[in-house]
Amino acid sequence: MADVKKIATRESYGNALAELGDKYDNLYVLDADLAAATKTGIFKKKFPERHFDCGIAEANMMGVAAGLAATGKIPFASTFAMFAAGRAFEQVRNSIGYPHLNVKIGATHAGISVGEDGATHQCNEDIALMRTIPGMVIINPADDVEAKAAVEAAILHEGPVYMRFGRLAVPVFNDPATYKFELGKGIKLADGEDIAIIATGLMVNEAIEAEKQLRANGIKATVINIHTIKPIDEDIIVEAAKKTGLVLTVEEHSVIGGLGSAVADVLAAKCPTKLIKIGVNDEFGHSGPAVELLKQFGLSADNIVKTATEAVKAK
Amino acid sequence: MDAGLKKKLEIQACKVRLGIIEGVFNAKSGHPGGSLSIADTLTYLYFAKMNVYPDKPDEPGRDRFVLSKGHTAPALYSTLANRGFFSTDELKSLRHIGAMLQGHPCITIPGVDMSSGSLGQGISVACGMALSAKISGDAYKVYTVLGDGEIQEGQVWEAAMFAAHYKLDNLVAVVDNNGLQIDGNIKDVMSPYPIVDKFKAFGWHVIEMDAHDFDSIEKAFNEAETVCNQPVAIIQKSVKGKGVSFMENNVSWHGTAPNAEQYEQAKSELEAALAELEAN
Repeated sequence: MADVKKIATRESYGNALAELGDKYDNLYVLDADLAAATKTGIFKKKFPERHFDCGIAEANMMGVAAGLAATGKIPFASTFAMFAAGRAFEQVRNSIGYPHLNVKIGATHAGISVGEDGATHQCNEDIALMRTIPGMVIINPADDVEAKAAVEAAILHEGPVYMRFGRLAVPVFNDPATYKFELGKGIKLADGEDIAIIATGLMVNEAIEAEKQLRANGIKATVINIHTIKPIDEDIIVEAAKKTGLVLTVEEHSVIGGLGSAVADVLAAKCPTKLIKIGVNDEFGHSGPAVELLKQFGLSADNIVKTATEAVKAK
Repeated sequence: MDAGLKKKLEIQACKVRLGIIEGVFNAKSGHPGGSLSIADTLTYLYFAKMNVYPDKPDEPGRDRFVLSKGHTAPALYSTLANRGFFSTDELKSLRHIGAMLQGHPCITIPGVDMSSGSLGQGISVACGMALSAKISGDAYKVYTVLGDGEIQEGQVWEAAMFAAHYKLDNLVAVVDNNGLQIDGNIKDVMSPYPIVDKFKAFGWHVIEMDAHDFDSIEKAFNEAETVCNQPVAIIQKSVKGKGVSFMENNVSWHGTAPNAEQYEQAKSELEAALAELEAN
């Protein structure tokens, strides 16, 4: 693992905006005093006249983004997930979602891997909140390659998009030469008949690592990367459930309302199958180094292996 | 103001008020009081001030309007219908199931530039539209109307800071100071006073206006156009329920529809006023 390149997806977000700024001259970026942290500062350096700081006022920022979109611009409203989906939920619902405006929300510092800042800033609820808004697209990329592709896909999609990025540097496992991002389509990364591991965001890499260990132990797992949580790829989920008869979801988000719930909705309606969810249980996080927190909350390859092994044995 | 234009606007405002009463009566719910208090302002904007195109409601160069106090949608709908954006018959099905006219403004309705109704949000959207015009060098202006109770929302002041910071002199925010909100007198519920001083302190150019005198209205909006590098707040002194005797300055008409008898009385008062205007 030592030689694997690691990049935080928030960094990918900032770099992608700066790169795509040339190609899409209608792209504008809004920030709420966090340009250095959300990495939109990279865009600001290159396109200072297309970056607008709104100060520490996220509710107003979402409205300003709506106004820009209503007059033909493509605004990226950037702040931490806690404030984008949490504080400004109602502005996102009523000023962006209801009029179905072409606003892109770049939410960084999502999940428990925010680390030392602790529970007030560890947003484990954003996917659940955004899923309830009609017409909202939700993308949770797994690595640098996928995150950059997601930003361009968001530009090409007409309508509101919520993108979720992390603070922690994570391994780049996708090959930029061959990777293809298709909005709303899951990606099958391994094919096995014992269990289907469906992961999203930073947990995809953990699922890939877990699959290798499981295979060494004689358990064959299907691994699916769901980067678009809404609209979700029902077909790939149903196919994997039919093949394995056992589904395990893994996400760096509350087990209430996130990927696990979205998969449960699909399974309940189309292919009732036993489902186990790994995620942040119904509790708040706390301070600590991100990597240690992820382990402590069971968001690791080791816990996926343990959980999957027990579930397969109990089949 | 030119006497002919003034008469025309007074007649038009009367028709707008009749449409408000008709809409709210047929809906059996809605907000007549605050709709009547902004009827003259909307009439002036849509019939004398704003560049709008009823046949091409999405014309990119049009002036924009955001009704931040979205619950007074009947005033906006009646104004738009009278201006020719859609048939005045639509007012009869306001708030009905399957109707075009929703309880609060919806962006899909011809002439409505933004969905609104959750208080405090419209002014932020208006800021975004004004910033957008500045970015592109577009000449259109952005107008928004807020309630005096609405400015209790914190988001209004986030937007007020933003508009001054980015020198949005193409933005005019009208505050409809009728002095009443659902729970009573704004002074008693949660005083937003002094409103003029607050906007001045936030870096706005502030104009005070009589909301029911077209000379005062014209003067205020003309002055607004001369202001550079600052957003403009027009604090309009208005009468809630203006034009219908039993609704004037009576908070119980904030969010209540008239019954059949009350509807007939309101209608006959407004029709009498209209007939008098048209006769002279």
